[in-house]
Amino acid sequence: MSIYLDNAATTKPCREAVESAVNAMTENFGNPSSLHRAGLDAQLVLDNARKVIASSTGAESENIIFTSGATESNNLAIRGICSAYGKRKKKIIVSSVEHASVDETLNDVEKNGFEVVRISPREDGNFYAEDFINACDENTVLIIMMYVNNETGYILPVQETFTKVKKRFPDIITHTDCVQAYMKINFKAGRLCADLISLSGHKIHAVKGIGALYIRKGIRLIPIITGGKQEKGIRSGTESVPLAAAFGSAVNRFSKDIDTRYEKVSELKKYLVEKISEIDGVEINSPENCSPYIINISQNKRSEIMLHFLESKGIYVSSGSACSKGQQSGVLGQFGITGKRADCAIRISMTAETTIQELDEFINALKYGMENLRG
Amino acid sequence: MKEILLAKYGEMALKGLNKKTFEDVLMKNVKRRLRSLGKFEYSSAQSTLYITPVDENIELSEVSERVGKIFGIATYCRACVCEKDFNDIKEKSIEYLTDILSGAKTFKVNAKRADKSFPMNSPEICAELGGILLEKFPNLTVDVKNPEITVTVEIRDTNAYVHAENIKGAGGLPIGTSGKALLLLSGGIDSPVAGYMIAKRGVHIAAIHYVSPPYTSDRAQLKVEQLCEKMTAYCGGIAFFCVPFTEIQEAIKDNCPEEFFTIIMRRLMMEIAQRIAKKDNCLALVTGESIGQVASQTMAAMCCTDAVCKIPVFRPCIGMDKTEIIEIARKIDTFDISVQPYEDCCTVFTPRHPKVRPRLEDIEKAQANFDFEPLIQKAVENTEMKTFDLNKG
Repeated sequence: MSIYLDNAATTKPCREAVESAVNAMTENFGNPSSLHRAGLDAQLVLDNARKVIASSTGAESENIIFTSGATESNNLAIRGICSAYGKRKKKIIVSSVEHASVDETLNDVEKNGFEVVRISPREDGNFYAEDFINACDENTVLIIMMYVNNETGYILPVQETFTKVKKRFPDIITHTDCVQAYMKINFKAGRLCADLISLSGHKIHAVKGIGALYIRKGIRLIPIITGGKQEKGIRSGTESVPLAAAFGSAVNRFSKDIDTRYEKVSELKKYLVEKISEIDGVEINSPENCSPYIINISQNKRSEIMLHFLESKGIYVSSGSACSKGQQSGVLGQFGITGKRADCAIRISMTAETTIQELDEFINALKYGMENLRG
Repeated sequence: MKEILLAKYGEMALKGLNKKTFEDVLMKNVKRRLRSLGKFEYSSAQSTLYITPVDENIELSEVSERVGKIFGIATYCRACVCEKDFNDIKEKSIEYLTDILSGAKTFKVNAKRADKSFPMNSPEICAELGGILLEKFPNLTVDVKNPEITVTVEIRDTNAYVHAENIKGAGGLPIGTSGKALLLLSGGIDSPVAGYMIAKRGVHIAAIHYVSPPYTSDRAQLKVEQLCEKMTAYCGGIAFFCVPFTEIQEAIKDNCPEEFFTIIMRRLMMEIAQRIAKKDNCLALVTGESIGQVASQTMAAMCCTDAVCKIPVFRPCIGMDKTEIIEIARKIDTFDISVQPYEDCCTVFTPRHPKVRPRLEDIEKAQANFDFEPLIQKAVENTEMKTFDLNKG
């Protein structure tokens, strides 16, 4: 039996998600754009998934566009807004700890004449709303802030920042990548004052290949994929009904007990932090008030060595962000974690199904590795 | 800092002895609309409804969004609650208004002193608070004629309130104060707008829709149901009647001259609608017609359709241009649904050259070719009813 503690990278699809995907492949396999009943049936499956996802974010169905995943959602949000509103306004404000799908996309638009202002945490390791607001001006088109950082679990002050930005500059468009917050922290699009929200299916026990972008009514996006005008013309291409159905079912299952799962995982985290702090040479990199689902620690062996050692014991964790495949992460540096401490960082990410026994096994293996591995 | 929502009545404030009845209905509507957001305390004074959140996690922007769609409320605003003490008013104003004032250029202060025992009079409050804000926010200048921001201080019986925005409400009269009417809902742009406009006058709306499978598709009906659901945001719960219309349309096609098809069809729709209206206690029919928009909406055509109606037919869009109608459709968020391109029963069998100025006697003669009564009865009997409740709780 393996112990999977890498749920920030991806999660195991839940039974409901798998069943509805299979059902959409075997029963409702029509093309949602077809006029006949088979098409309508597929459309209804799609509509239903859309409705579930919309209401989980406090939105209406028409606010939700399905994409192939959060990377596409982030690309569509940034590129779509830059094309639609970026003729005159050329400035983008962003946190310095975004996922690569935001960061790399911004590098790209920067080459096309946009000015990207990256806001770092202050010396105390925290982000402050004022720092973002002070960077905004009349020339600012977009502000981007992820909700929960994927490497450390740090929770950014999205609501406070966006609310204040909107009060002072109502025209600035707000985008948040909520991939690590969705179904883990209760949030509503309206309360966040977010115009655009990126969501992912496979991080919440649905399947890979599906994501969504929430678009507030009245926000215009120029599509990056053109074709048959599916998804209101914003994202052409026949919708993946099975994947969307799986996404909807997972949301349906997990949206009801977000708070109870949060409590449960908080308990798990408390236990893990307590036990792990007793080990000599372990440092906790995640700040105290971060998402309980993610814990970033440094130990005395290089990340990759420890990762592979744990793997040999059937325990899966990650070094930094899974997307960067072992490349050293700049995000930890932003939070003041550098040098050997960054080289030796590993990320443990849990679900509500994680057990104390699993954590004990991980802790024992970690101890053993720290004492016996060379290098 | 405590924040509440103030909702000011519209024209119902002008009602005389009936005012209480209107107030009670409005209060009931507001309570029903906000219930799912949490617990609130309500009180009213001087034609203003004070909505105070009790639960801590209530988000006032959500309350404000819903209140903006309740008929009977002319304007509303979020306000900060202060002690009836100028120092407290001053301190809370600075804190509460920082975000909005630091981004503005011009402002003025407006004071309303309902409680005359407050030691400062209105001009004094304005001058004093204005001076303080001016000092605190160097970006501001005073403009009493056309200010960007108007800061209002209200001194009421128990508290003082400070706010800086007055948002226009939905206006009209509270739903349920004017009886019930049946809306002919086709799925186009105009009929939801007509329903919204009549509902605005306090009328409870029910909707009727005609389906003609296989000439019309399930998607067309689904679209109309989506419209109903959308309309509940303004209109409250809607009873939706779906009439099977295929046989009647085929009978018209087979037995009446092509040029009269649309007129006769509309007369039969009206006939069915008023029977349903009677069953459902509706006092009038509502349509989205506008003079001259299409051949069946000329005055001559309307004379012919109205000839079968024994109850009033309200056409609130009658004098509006399409662009004006679309503007409202966008506001009430039905436009995007309405423009989905599915055939509805009005577009099937459309004559190539419909009669623009039909004469009633010609129409009646043509219709007399066939006995529609049994088909009408059958359609009424087989009509299916669904209810759509307020889409948010």
